[in-house]
Amino acid sequence: MSDTAHEDPELIQLLTPEGELREHPDYPLDLSHEEMRGLYRDLVLVRRIDTEAVALQRVGELGLWASLLGQEAAQVGSGRALRSNDMAFPSYRDHGVAWCRGVDHKALLALYRGVTNGGWDPAEHGFHLYTIVIGTQALHATGYAMGIQRDGAVGEDGSAVITYFGDGATSQGDTNEAFNYAAVNNAPVVFFCQNNQWAISEPLERQSRVPIYRRAAGFGFPGVRLDGNDVFASLAVTRSALQHAREGQGPTLIEAFTYRMGAHTTNDDPTRYRVSAELEEWRLKDPIARLHAFLTREGIADEAFLKGVEAEAEELGESVRRDCRELPEPDPLDIFHEVYAEPHVHIDRQRAEFADYLASFEDAGAEGGR
Amino acid sequence: MGSNLTIGKAINAGLRRAMETDPKVLVMGEDVGKLGGVFRVTDGLHKDFGADRVIDTPLAESGIIGTAIGLALRGYRPVCEIQFDGFFFPATNQTFTQLAKMRARSGGSVKLPVVLRIPYGGGIGAVEHHSESPEAYFAHTAGLRVVTVANAVDAYWMIQQAITSDDPVVFFEPKRRYYEKADVDTAAAVDSATPMGAARVARPGADATLLAYGPMVKTALQAAEADTDHSIEVVDLRSLSPVDYDTVCASVRRTGRLVIAHEAPLSHGIGAEVAARVTEECFYHLEAPVVRVGGFDTPYPPSRLEEHYLPDLDRVLDGVDRAFAF
Ligand SMILES: Cc1ncc(C[n+]2csc(CCOP(=O)(O)OP(=O)(O)O)c2C)c(N)n1
Repeated sequence: MSDTAHEDPELIQLLTPEGELREHPDYPLDLSHEEMRGLYRDLVLVRRIDTEAVALQRVGELGLWASLLGQEAAQVGSGRALRSNDMAFPSYRDHGVAWCRGVDHKALLALYRGVTNGGWDPAEHGFHLYTIVIGTQALHATGYAMGIQRDGAVGEDGSAVITYFGDGATSQGDTNEAFNYAAVNNAPVVFFCQNNQWAISEPLERQSRVPIYRRAAGFGFPGVRLDGNDVFASLAVTRSALQHAREGQGPTLIEAFTYRMGAHTTNDDPTRYRVSAELEEWRLKDPIARLHAFLTREGIADEAFLKGVEAEAEELGESVRRDCRELPEPDPLDIFHEVYAEPHVHIDRQRAEFADYLASFEDAGAEGGR
Repeated sequence: MGSNLTIGKAINAGLRRAMETDPKVLVMGEDVGKLGGVFRVTDGLHKDFGADRVIDTPLAESGIIGTAIGLALRGYRPVCEIQFDGFFFPATNQTFTQLAKMRARSGGSVKLPVVLRIPYGGGIGAVEHHSESPEAYFAHTAGLRVVTVANAVDAYWMIQQAITSDDPVVFFEPKRRYYEKADVDTAAAVDSATPMGAARVARPGADATLLAYGPMVKTALQAAEADTDHSIEVVDLRSLSPVDYDTVCASVRRTGRLVIAHEAPLSHGIGAEVAARVTEECFYHLEAPVVRVGGFDTPYPPSRLEEHYLPDLDRVLDGVDRAFAF
């Protein structure tokens, strides 16, 4: 498959890699200059969190990190298309969407440091917990959307749901079942696939023989492909799909055509399976560089603004490093916390026994050791 | 020819030998090709045996096991890699309703020589669903054989025995022990190895039997070493279904005490099953109730707490103390 995105006539692109604006009849871009600057700020800060987190993993402060490098525009564009009463069901790499939903970087760090398996209140942010098991969240999103229908929370001011997953996830039964459930129920859900070309070491050809967005047709709803490195396209297309959903017109599959610039996670070694020429080609499509080019050429962003964002990124980087190191260690008895809503004798007994066991060390310590 | 191999490399060498011996042996799973698997257990096989025998599958576990069933029905011997314990679950239906039962349903006319390799257990500081010990689900399902290894020698031989078995075999690999080394005689004849269904006395002793399997065998051996007051026999169970009760009960009859240690949640686990059976068979030889040490009945905790969740040397010794305190 060709990965030269802008040669694909079906690819929706509003901002070229050179930073030029293109009109699209179906996706008008009505953004104020203020909003455009806001998107730039989002992209820069989200990348900064990511860069710092990778560095923190390298020095052993995080157990793992799944980098979003290269995918900032897909995430920020779609994330900014959401309204506060919408709900998102993410995967594990969606830090840019988390940012848009007001989830503090501390919560993401806590998860990847191994302090918690959750980290935030999904209802408070309209952003569900990260999902590690591939594809499972697509069904949760669809079910949640079916709930919205039953609540009558549809219409112009209604709610919609978005779920994020990768190209690899489209191979899972769960994802395909979600497509079908959403279609037959006409559920208000947007499936947002970040096709970053790789599922760990497996290229797209090992997952799909048709372009991913075209799969939607087989289930009976629209599929669109957008330039995933173009924050404007991501915003405009997602906004339209969400509106379509909340007005009762059913699901859409969006394929954001992008590229994972880093390793799959900090555990992965991509040099074993991919060539650097590919990386170089995608570097020319960098989402931040193209928005920077556009904003400066059009005089939308001046030196003062850019410097301001730079300073903010520095400050954020510093707090990411500090906050990570200052995350409190969990209490050993947290292991038993909230496993059940109601009392459970196994847990109660094991918690009590384990508390005694831990206390025995303290006593032994007081007496001079075992 | 002796080779000093890690458990991971020993499985790799065993797979290679099985593939050389029988052209029907296939390796399949996510990232098993060029990458050699996320733990590199299939490293080099794709290069030497090609993409038709080392199959990078789409990211779908139900698909891996479902198509392995079909390949087996057509005469192949697929060895499926499930990337991590927690990612097996999308394939439960294919495994439990189909793979396990099809032979019995056909009155023995079909055989399903499928191996499921599953890296399992905790202790590597991973995020959730990468550290679980789901072995009891498998052992509870009739029609599956379930084994696990604790050292490189067993790793090398048992993977080959699993592949030549005409039954579906679930082969659990103790991921936190992948890098443990041992000398393996890779040139010996296959039938010289201990059968995969047998338990093994890993360390003889007289006062108590400490039974463990997979990743906990090393901890059990350390505990036996550390307890200078008693002579502890360590039994490595190796096969979780069926269990070799002859070996286990013979040991308990000699020592009179049994402590069982595993990482999996305690309730309804392998330890519970072994404790019940040993109580039935060796009741009059027991000096104390069977003691179990295990993980808690909770989800596997975030990695900063796993040292508390996993039974460590102290928790195992505490269990041994309880057996002697009775
Ligand atoms: C059910 C399941 N199987 C395997 C894995 C291991 N795994 C984690 S990420 C990944 C690749 C995912 O690729 P893709 O869906 O394209 O998303 P990306 O990571 O590229 O964003 C795999 C195989 C998993 N998390 N869940």
